[in-house]
Amino acid sequence: MATNRVKIFSLFERFWHWAQMLLILVLLITGFGLHGFHHLISFRAAVTLHTSAALLLLLLWAFSVFWLFTTRTWRHFIPTWQGMWGVFRYYSYGIFRGERHPYRKAYWRKHNPLQALAYLMLKIVLFPAIWITGIAYLFYFAWRDLPHAPAWLDGIAQVHTAAAFLILTFVFIHVYMLTTGHSFREHLMPMIDGFDEVDLTPEEEAYLRKDQPEDIL
Amino acid sequence: MQVLFDDGHAWLGIHAQILFASGADLMHQIAMIVCLFLLTAGLGGGASVPAAQARDGWPTPPTALDERPQVSGPLQGGTADHHKFDELSGPFANGSEVTQACLGCHTETGQHFMKNIHWTWSYKNPDTGQQLGKRYLINNFCTNARGNEGMCAQCHAGYGWKDETFDFTDETKIDCLVCHETTGTYYKTPNSPGNAACSVMFEGRPPIDLVAAAKSVQLPQRANCGTCHFNGGGGDNVKHGDLSSALKEPPRTLDVHMGVDGLNFACTACHITNKHIWAGSRYRVISKDRQGTGKPGMRTDVATCESCHGLAPHQVDSLAHFKLNDHVQSLACETCHIPEFARGGVATIVDWDWRTSGKTHDGEGYHEEGYIQGNGEHRYTYKSIKGNFTYDENVIPEYAWFDGQMRYTTIDTQFDPNAEVIEINGFSGSREDPNSRIWPFKRMHTWQPYDKGRGTLVYTSLWGEDSTAYWGNYDMNAAIAKGMADFGLEYSGEYGFIQTLSWWPITHMVAPKEDALDCHECHQPKGSRMASVEGIYLPGRDHNRWLDILGTLLVGGTLAGIIIHSLIRIFSPQGARH
Repeated sequence: MATNRVKIFSLFERFWHWAQMLLILVLLITGFGLHGFHHLISFRAAVTLHTSAALLLLLLWAFSVFWLFTTRTWRHFIPTWQGMWGVFRYYSYGIFRGERHPYRKAYWRKHNPLQALAYLMLKIVLFPAIWITGIAYLFYFAWRDLPHAPAWLDGIAQVHTAAAFLILTFVFIHVYMLTTGHSFREHLMPMIDGFDEVDLTPEEEAYLRKDQPEDIL
Repeated sequence: MQVLFDDGHAWLGIHAQILFASGADLMHQIAMIVCLFLLTAGLGGGASVPAAQARDGWPTPPTALDERPQVSGPLQGGTADHHKFDELSGPFANGSEVTQACLGCHTETGQHFMKNIHWTWSYKNPDTGQQLGKRYLINNFCTNARGNEGMCAQCHAGYGWKDETFDFTDETKIDCLVCHETTGTYYKTPNSPGNAACSVMFEGRPPIDLVAAAKSVQLPQRANCGTCHFNGGGGDNVKHGDLSSALKEPPRTLDVHMGVDGLNFACTACHITNKHIWAGSRYRVISKDRQGTGKPGMRTDVATCESCHGLAPHQVDSLAHFKLNDHVQSLACETCHIPEFARGGVATIVDWDWRTSGKTHDGEGYHEEGYIQGNGEHRYTYKSIKGNFTYDENVIPEYAWFDGQMRYTTIDTQFDPNAEVIEINGFSGSREDPNSRIWPFKRMHTWQPYDKGRGTLVYTSLWGEDSTAYWGNYDMNAAIAKGMADFGLEYSGEYGFIQTLSWWPITHMVAPKEDALDCHECHQPKGSRMASVEGIYLPGRDHNRWLDILGTLLVGGTLAGIIIHSLIRIFSPQGARH
């Protein structure tokens, strides 16, 4: 096992991440504006931006799902308990003692177990909750004449709002986490240039050096 | 079509194309007619427009305002010049003789006309079975026309209705001039003298030149309809709130359809007419039009917005407009496009108190001015004959689900004499009802006399020459006793005053689109115009309080946790590095 600088985030992943960040930011700001929490932009502009950003995000997600499954990178998000306790212990105790983060990135495991679980929950619970309710909301005109439609819309709106609060919470924690362990910059750079320190098996290293030399420094 | 005409008649050819075009809808026709007119006016060396007169926005035709005819719907151009008719050269002893001259050529018009509500003042609602119409109803302004026709029937489109003896089958008693003459010199006076104190108001007016009036006939102009409809309830804009003298020559900003610097529509451009029956009833409103424009030749029976603008009225060039077209399902167009009524400087009465009527100075009635409206005119706030009035201008309407059906409290309706408020015309509607939409209304509140013993509204004798007519004698009990007895109605002999409400759907004074309501006027937590409207989830207005509290706590708690976590990291000795 040796630590190498390896490209772990492809160009698409980085584009996906930052485009998603931007769209979610727009959605959060306009969404909470529509909800009446602030009046930074007019309702009409907020509706337009919110809807446009949501449609773009859905398109982006369609591409990302395709990418995840065709490149088999979905396996990064398979939940595991292995190493979970160490990560928990680190964030609640070890971090204050100046300990080193217990998790080592592997080529086929670029997230620590807590990260993987958090991202998985985001992908399969929070994001679907918000986009399914969002689409139902957007297409209200198509089902408004069903019985009790306004009551359903009320429920849908509340799930949508609750999911928004949870995603906002995720955003705060996610950004804060960048400041832990390594420096903020070190955490950020992999998502910019794609390269991070990864423990490679000799076989992985040999493979990368021979077949994908541009992905390893 | 053009082939049928030689070059010299190209104009006619174009006209014919417009009239018979199979693909163009009504709006296109009207727009094209306006354009063509402007074109010819321009070619004919028409007036040039001062820069100040040219306003921004569509449509702003560059022409002198007073030279453009009002647009009266499909019938355009006319085929006869009434100035040239020998039949109209007079002399005429009275209006009825003019009518007989009219009927000499317009042979069927009398029979057509006598079926319409301007003549019958009667409307039997086919859905509720209620007998409605001015002839029977009680309102909460001057309260009742019935028994007071000597005065009120000045606005009957006929001659001489002063009591029950009026012959509703005599077509020579139709008043053609009030709607069709355009000299502006025609007027009507009460059909009976009334109390001396009142009749003086109508004395000393110049005689009418009936020949000039007869020769001036045109399709009705705004001022013709306005003679009565702008003065409903006893004065300018008193009743409707959205129909005032300001609409005679309105700027486009006051009414985008009637604006003289805009489309310059006459009333009949929308209130289209078929055999002298007009579209647009407030007894039975089409609250939700599902047919839209229809094909050429169709839809001559409605005055709905949709009949011209279609069922998806906002051009879908943006997400916001797409969303606005959804709104059409739940909102009447008027709700957003008439942000306020009683605009244009003429106030409407919103509250009337009959309890204070009857005060006199030395036995003489009097009145007080106490309100200066936007156009600078003074309005009476007290009259001995009517009581106190409260005015309002630029009024934000009340909003409610409305299924188009008005249910009236008529003279026959019995109610609890101790009731706090009686609705003169109640209505229903809900989100679940497919015919309902959210409509804007003027709310009229009045304290008015009623039969306290029996719990009914009353006919009051207001106008008359005898000693019971309230106007001049100021004895309410005697006036009610007479008003009821004249129609064989029971009266307990004990009257009181009760609060009544009437609801007036707002449909006129449609603002230009740039002045339509902004989204946030409804979509906001506090002060939403839809604050009292139920049965909908309205984004921005509606919240789950607990969800908002929990969500805020979660986000706030997370931020607090982050701050605490980072403080511990900063201040724990070994943590500083990480």
